Amino acid sequence: MKKIIVYCEITEEKQIAEVSLELLSKGRKLAEKLHLQLEAMLFSDEVKGAVDRINDFGVDVIHLAEHITLFPYCTLPHFKLVKAVFEQEKPEIALFGATSVGRDLAPRIASTLRCGLTADCTALEIGDHTETKTNTAYKDLLYQIRPAFGGNIIATIVNPETRPQMATVREGVMKMEEVKQKKTAEIKRLDVEKYLTLEDFAVEILERHIEAPKVNLKAANIIVAGGYGVGSKENFDLLYDLASVFGGEVAATRAAVDAGFCEHERQVGQTGVTVRPKLYIACGISGAVQHRAGMDQAAKIISINTDPNAPLNAIADYAIIGDIKEVIPKMINSIKN
Amino acid sequence: MRILVLAKQVPDTRNVGKEAMKEDGTVNRGVLPVIFNPDDMCALEMALEAKSRIENAEIFVLTMGPARAAEIIRESLYRGADKGFLLTDRKFAGSDTLATSYALAQAAKRINPDLIFCGMQAIDGDTAQVGPQTAEKLSFLQITYAEELVEIDAQTIMIKRRLERGVEIVKSKLPALVTVHGSAPACRARNAKRVMQFKHARTPSEMRDIETRIMASIVERPYLLIEEWSADLINAEENYLGLSGSPTKVKKIDNVVLSKKENKTLTASDTEIEQMMRELIMIND
Repeated sequence: MKKIIVYCEITEEKQIAEVSLELLSKGRKLAEKLHLQLEAMLFSDEVKGAVDRINDFGVDVIHLAEHITLFPYCTLPHFKLVKAVFEQEKPEIALFGATSVGRDLAPRIASTLRCGLTADCTALEIGDHTETKTNTAYKDLLYQIRPAFGGNIIATIVNPETRPQMATVREGVMKMEEVKQKKTAEIKRLDVEKYLTLEDFAVEILERHIEAPKVNLKAANIIVAGGYGVGSKENFDLLYDLASVFGGEVAATRAAVDAGFCEHERQVGQTGVTVRPKLYIACGISGAVQHRAGMDQAAKIISINTDPNAPLNAIADYAIIGDIKEVIPKMINSIKN
Repeated sequence: MRILVLAKQVPDTRNVGKEAMKEDGTVNRGVLPVIFNPDDMCALEMALEAKSRIENAEIFVLTMGPARAAEIIRESLYRGADKGFLLTDRKFAGSDTLATSYALAQAAKRINPDLIFCGMQAIDGDTAQVGPQTAEKLSFLQITYAEELVEIDAQTIMIKRRLERGVEIVKSKLPALVTVHGSAPACRARNAKRVMQFKHARTPSEMRDIETRIMASIVERPYLLIEEWSADLINAEENYLGLSGSPTKVKKIDNVVLSKKENKTLTASDTEIEQMMRELIMIND
């Protein structure tokens, strides 16, 4: 049976990464629509809890490799195993998280299999396609949708001829949904020693310094976000003040992060985190599509901007035309009173 | 040791003004200023740093693009690169990351480097795919997201990698390809002497239009010649290049149209902000 395969990543805490569970959820929907089987790949040093968690997502088969050398992630061992699974199983679609692991692994796989790969998709859909040059019609291709060219356009990419159709997706973009009835997947074990040679360990990890995540934007109900229009790192303090009276978190656009106003882990958007808070207060954010891709699912949006024509105002519930240095203190006063 | 830097000239997508968007919503590339891709600039710096730590190292720079991308080579020469090549051919037009990495790998085989540095990603695509794909095509080891060159000798390299939640130090044998993260040290400034030395460096196509006086100086000083390499020269198979070598096809491009939501536009007056906050608190309850 034809299949969709999701590469499941293991976190530092030996859990399945959220992005992988989100991809399994999306993979389930695509598989139902196309009448395909949903399969997972899981390669780590210990996999017991992870397998149990995967069973919450209606997976049919898990390709499992358990070996001391498979955690933490190194490129070649994982590359060899993914390649072996793809060559044997010939999946129609393969999905990877757009994480430091997925973005290291997926392109190397795409290169060796000579197949198409689309990075950082913000939507995945199924549809038909006609190649105008050859007048060939293709049914049920994976539409890989992503902002491109600095977010000034949205591109829909297809891979008509090559398989698997590969895509990476950022954490938080797809919705995580467990199936109602837990399903025990069939386990297919890979004989690790058959696939790996000593040469696959030519890159050796000497040291690792991994910190616990400091901010959890995805869990925040209220987010106060700043863009380049905030103007400076000092002005960001105003955003922290507002966030603290609301009990919320501070986030930033890529432009603000690049300008050094805010740290990278607070970046919201296509190349940052995707959030769905109850309230998103956008301060001095013009609203490039990559940023909106990370926040337009917020239940309520307030945009504070001196520019009445800022694109973000159009998707805001309240657009306040004014300077954040004037508006934010008034909002803080209003809450305190 | 031969070190190769892969660098790309990119439109400055971070500063796309309204004038860059055509009426139909497509991008008018012609009016966009082009720049040295920022991550590639960090890659050049890491290569220069590597060169300073090992004996007899030379830095070659390879860029793929139209004639004007020769600017990338000159800029690299000003900062300390030893030689540059412009990979340019109509046959490369429309390449996706796979076709691009094929062309780069074919050219790299001709250069035969021990170590390759390139930026993690280019700002016009943000895919971060070309580095790992080029490494695979050359059967090089790959080290992604380098933030710091820790150590290097003739056989091995030690790199500090930037991950989402921390760093990792890895040691790799050579040959290897290193993709450099934007948090790595910024590139050193141009060296005034080198600017004087290389400001007349030209590709053969550029030479057609220049004054005989400059031409004469280039003839005298062969290091001022920037070689142009074609698809044939790098022994590239045509069906792996350009549109035909690109498995990904752009099905459609949509303009970014914002659905106008029913919203309230407020001024910064006390009463309007008060009113809004009252409404919000009601929703939250």
